Amino acid sequence: MREIVWKIGGEQGQGLDSTSDVFATVCSRLGYHVYAYKTFASRIKGGHTNFTVRVSTRRVLAPARHVHVLVVLDQEAVDRTIGDLVPGGLVLTDSSFTPDVPPGTNVISVPMIQIARELGNPVYRNMVAIGASAALLGIPLDGFRAYVADKFGRKGAEVVQGNIEALQRGFDIAREQAGDRVFALDRGDGKPRLLMTGNDATAIGAIAGGCRLVAAYPITPASEILEVAAKYLPKFGGAAVQMEDELSAVAVTIGAGFAGVRAMTSTSGPGISLMQENLGLASMTEIPMVVVDTQRGGPSTGMPTKHEQSDLMALIHGGHGEGPRIVLAPGTAEQIFYDTAMAFNLAENYHCPVIIASDLGLALWQQTVEDIDLDRIEIDRGPLADPAELEKLGREAFQRYAQTETGVSPRSLPGMKNGQYLATGAEHNVFGKVSEDPKNRKQMMDRRLRKIRKLELGGKPVPGLEVSGDDRPDVLLISFGSTIGACWEAADDLREQGLKVKVAQVRVLNPLPVAELQALVDEAGAAFTVENNATAQLAFLLRGNGLNGKPLRSVLKYDGTLMMADEIVAQVREALTVEGVRA
Amino acid sequence: MATVTVTLQDYKTSEKAWWCPGCGDFGVLAALQKALVELEIEPHNVAVVAGIGCSGKIGNYINAYNIHVTHGRTMPVALGLKLANRDLTVIAAGGDGDGYAIGMSHFLHAMRRNPDITYIVMDNRIYGLTKGQTSPTSQTGFETKSTPDGNLERPVQPIQLALAAGATYVAQGFSSNQKQLVRLIKGAIQHKGFALVNTFSPCVTFNKVNTYDWFKEHLVDLDEVPDYDPHDRVAAMRFVAEHDGLVTGLIYQEPESIPFEEKLPGLGRRPLAAQDLRPDKEKLQQILAQFR
Ligand SMILES: Cc1ncc(C[n+]2csc(CCOP(=O)(O)OP(=O)(O)O)c2C)c(N)n1
Repeated sequence: MREIVWKIGGEQGQGLDSTSDVFATVCSRLGYHVYAYKTFASRIKGGHTNFTVRVSTRRVLAPARHVHVLVVLDQEAVDRTIGDLVPGGLVLTDSSFTPDVPPGTNVISVPMIQIARELGNPVYRNMVAIGASAALLGIPLDGFRAYVADKFGRKGAEVVQGNIEALQRGFDIAREQAGDRVFALDRGDGKPRLLMTGNDATAIGAIAGGCRLVAAYPITPASEILEVAAKYLPKFGGAAVQMEDELSAVAVTIGAGFAGVRAMTSTSGPGISLMQENLGLASMTEIPMVVVDTQRGGPSTGMPTKHEQSDLMALIHGGHGEGPRIVLAPGTAEQIFYDTAMAFNLAENYHCPVIIASDLGLALWQQTVEDIDLDRIEIDRGPLADPAELEKLGREAFQRYAQTETGVSPRSLPGMKNGQYLATGAEHNVFGKVSEDPKNRKQMMDRRLRKIRKLELGGKPVPGLEVSGDDRPDVLLISFGSTIGACWEAADDLREQGLKVKVAQVRVLNPLPVAELQALVDEAGAAFTVENNATAQLAFLLRGNGLNGKPLRSVLKYDGTLMMADEIVAQVREALTVEGVRA
Repeated sequence: MATVTVTLQDYKTSEKAWWCPGCGDFGVLAALQKALVELEIEPHNVAVVAGIGCSGKIGNYINAYNIHVTHGRTMPVALGLKLANRDLTVIAAGGDGDGYAIGMSHFLHAMRRNPDITYIVMDNRIYGLTKGQTSPTSQTGFETKSTPDGNLERPVQPIQLALAAGATYVAQGFSSNQKQLVRLIKGAIQHKGFALVNTFSPCVTFNKVNTYDWFKEHLVDLDEVPDYDPHDRVAAMRFVAEHDGLVTGLIYQEPESIPFEEKLPGLGRRPLAAQDLRPDKEKLQQILAQFR
């Protein structure tokens, strides 16, 4: 089999998360692609929780509908998850529990608790479950043994031995009971990968990109960015500060950016709403800064623990007035790592806020990441005034907001002699002095907006799109953010059904690569945006930016759960049938 | 090292102040400039963060690195500046509306953190720029366009608030008592930690009650109170409360104040702004290895 899905359900506090983590980590180490996610809510009756791990020989970045092996620790877990089991799927339980399952369900019952007790530590129960799962999924134990030795080595030989014994006994008993009903996962490519969440990747990517100050206010699903930054930034001479609210968090980054430090704040929808006024200030004063928005279900408190991609309008147009903002839209943990590092270069080259549109699916769920190439990361601090030239200029002569062809004017940093100026949110002239002269106003507006018409770094364009798939496709899928995983998978599936498919991932939402998208739409049989929102915000943006020609359709999902490949396939097929656009 | 001579001229800009003739803010501007000159701090090492209001225009008239921010947000912007570059002298300045209404929570949290920032509030007990509404420091019963039947609320007591919030330098000045104000601002800048200088700065256009004469009549000058001890927080609270907050001078200073930026793990002596940003690949690889 190319892929298996494992799910574990039970009560919170039973160690399910660490069990899932061990299972996912080992599969990643064995050279499989892994996508691991959890079902959680702000309130869960009875404290039920479940974790799903998708293990595959090909790239997987989306949830799966069907489960092959279901580990259930109580009846509630059975009731909530049994419907996910594939025909021939296996239910694994502890022998002390006889689950009430539909007739014909294959139940494998392993005395997990008893074995753990015999081995002298109740926590070994989870290792018995993992060993048994490995047997049922056709994954050899070697990788698990190596992991145990690695992870528990410090705790002494006895602990290592106990864990290994637990694994082995679970494996043997499950294997024997299941007989030829076990699954057989194909071998992975053996390539070791990292297993990270988008939030991990964001925080570490920021540090790699030279960020030295993170100021934020906790909010789901962004909090881990602050936490991971707080853990690692001090090792790089930087700091993470938990602020009193989002207004102050973004204000700190502005102060630091003015002083020449790469600074970032991270938040989610409600926080982005609060930051709007100061995002305007950063646009107007032309101070570099980076903001990460991990989108979640809105509006208002909406569904704080559920996935959505519905902040696009706020990110691009939110706030009052008109000012430059760059909005990046990575879709994988790997992309968000490099994008976050790059965001600081963009901010310092274009002197404006750079917003990274993340989302709950990308932020929280673990996925395998190809080895990070730190050599790819460059630090490019953008146009800075030359202190020697400033000295010669004399006082009050520096034009911080000089009219230039690109619109970007070199900035001075506090401490540079004769570089003093006024950075004000009020309209100002080339020196920074407040001015409401109509001619000046127009020139300043034009210059600020001109800056980000085209993005380049080091003379090379920053690609706004990532395109893969067939030329002259029957179907074009246009997507952004974590939905891209489901799109790539859906494209494969549609291809297997005989269609030609192309996938365009919008990597820069502002400035939007409209001309490139227009060409793709023109060449395609039918074009769809794929979005986790109710109002097709990406499609709206495309049209608003002048995309025309054939109608844009949209595959939408806004029930709080992530897009799945089969949902895209179904909606695309339905549209094609209805409209008769069949290849 | 060559000695620097800093003159008042260095701190002037070509811009003419837009305040109404007689505005108290002229006095605050002059005192701040004089304090910086007397401390021989060069303009390029000063960052002024100004709020929104008539008072917030102060940064327009000081030749320094100025940032004129959104209404009420001077405190966090100043914090960002100080964290970024602890070699800078960071001054925040704004009005009573800016600091004690919209910016109240940042003010309280700044005092909890104690970064090395000097905060000058130009307190005219009214909103000037928006043309005369009630401010958080307006007295109960005060009649303005927004409270035609008189202010129903009790005024914020900035000094008592600062003492209670743990501020490590608390002073109050009067814009027409230049000598004292200069001294208070100098002390604030030299203080290692958060320093509040609430300054009565009369609004001659909209506040017809709290005029220069009114302040002169009501203010108690600590310089003339012989046994006042500015190192006793509780005594300071009592004294200020007994005089309804109408006290000028150094009210309280904590001798052993350690600024926030010195306590933060990771921040070394060298300013963040002077750091080499090329990633330390080895350290990064070690972190990434934890995800394997
Ligand atoms: C978010 C926001 N709300 C309201 C205003 C309008 N506004 C400008 S100045 C001001 C009050 C100023 O009062 P104060 O801080 O006492 O300063 P003064 O003008 O008296 O010096 C207000 C409400 C604004 N600029 N921004």
